[in-house]
Amino acid sequence: MRGLIQSISAILMNGQIAGFLTGRIYTGKSKTFCVPGMNCYSCPGAVGSCPIGALQAVVGSLKYSYSLYIMGFIMMIGSLSGRFVCGWICPFGLFQDVLSKIPSPKWKLPKWTAYLKYVSLLMVVIGPLIIVNKIGMGTPVFCKWICPVGTIEGGVPLTIMQPALRAQFGFLFGWKMMIAVLVIIMSVVSYRPFCKVLCPLGLILGWFNRISIIKLHVNHENCTSCGLCEKACPIELNPVEETTSIECIRCMKCKNACCNGSIELSMK
Amino acid sequence: MKGYVFFILGAVLTIMGYSRGEAAVVLKKAIRICLECIGIG
Repeated sequence: MRGLIQSISAILMNGQIAGFLTGRIYTGKSKTFCVPGMNCYSCPGAVGSCPIGALQAVVGSLKYSYSLYIMGFIMMIGSLSGRFVCGWICPFGLFQDVLSKIPSPKWKLPKWTAYLKYVSLLMVVIGPLIIVNKIGMGTPVFCKWICPVGTIEGGVPLTIMQPALRAQFGFLFGWKMMIAVLVIIMSVVSYRPFCKVLCPLGLILGWFNRISIIKLHVNHENCTSCGLCEKACPIELNPVEETTSIECIRCMKCKNACCNGSIELSMK
Repeated sequence: MKGYVFFILGAVLTIMGYSRGEAAVVLKKAIRICLECIGIG
């Protein structure tokens, strides 16, 4: 069910199929609006804007130094359901989920790596204010130096289709490809490394897990502490104690694993 | 309750941002290939 919803949302966010055949990106007005998830607007199929790319574009523009439009949008989706979009809607989440199904030894990432997301967030909100070009326009630092979503969704298909872009390969492309390949390999051997370690959108949405309108609720009266939910959690949380953790992507595997019905989605 | 407050606040901020012209900046950026994003620029 989750895979189906993830696939449908990925198709809807990348509905401009002709773009993959022509190597051109969509230029319609729907790109005024952000999609709830990491989906690069330079992906040939993208029909909406990536909220993280859009945030950097506004912060780095000559006219604005902060964005009410994007932060308001992220606040809306976060306060509605926290990181539910990470588990059910984000196309890059689906990409990592598919890679994680490749049989291999699975590794646990050290817990401290989760704090690297804060560095990503600083790159998004402060980076474009500090690193500016000659005319004062900010650089989208996270997109430029880190984000593997742009490399995989935009860089790879566009450079395959457009020889003129291929001719401009340089150090940056090599650097970004290295990060992308690393994320791909890590996604095979560890569950959702990008979401756990690098994603600034997931970090912001995670702050809302505690207060969101729709959230996971544990009925402690029914809970027998059997540990099935903890075993099922791909993020390595203990759902009984950490239902509102900022790391929880609300995939609902804990809810499905619970044989007592102690874990439920609620608006309490 | 806090969730509802933040949802409404988010909606208000989104409308304020849209009305001060941020959406045009987003559109302008999104309809051109972002060379930084794809690792060229």
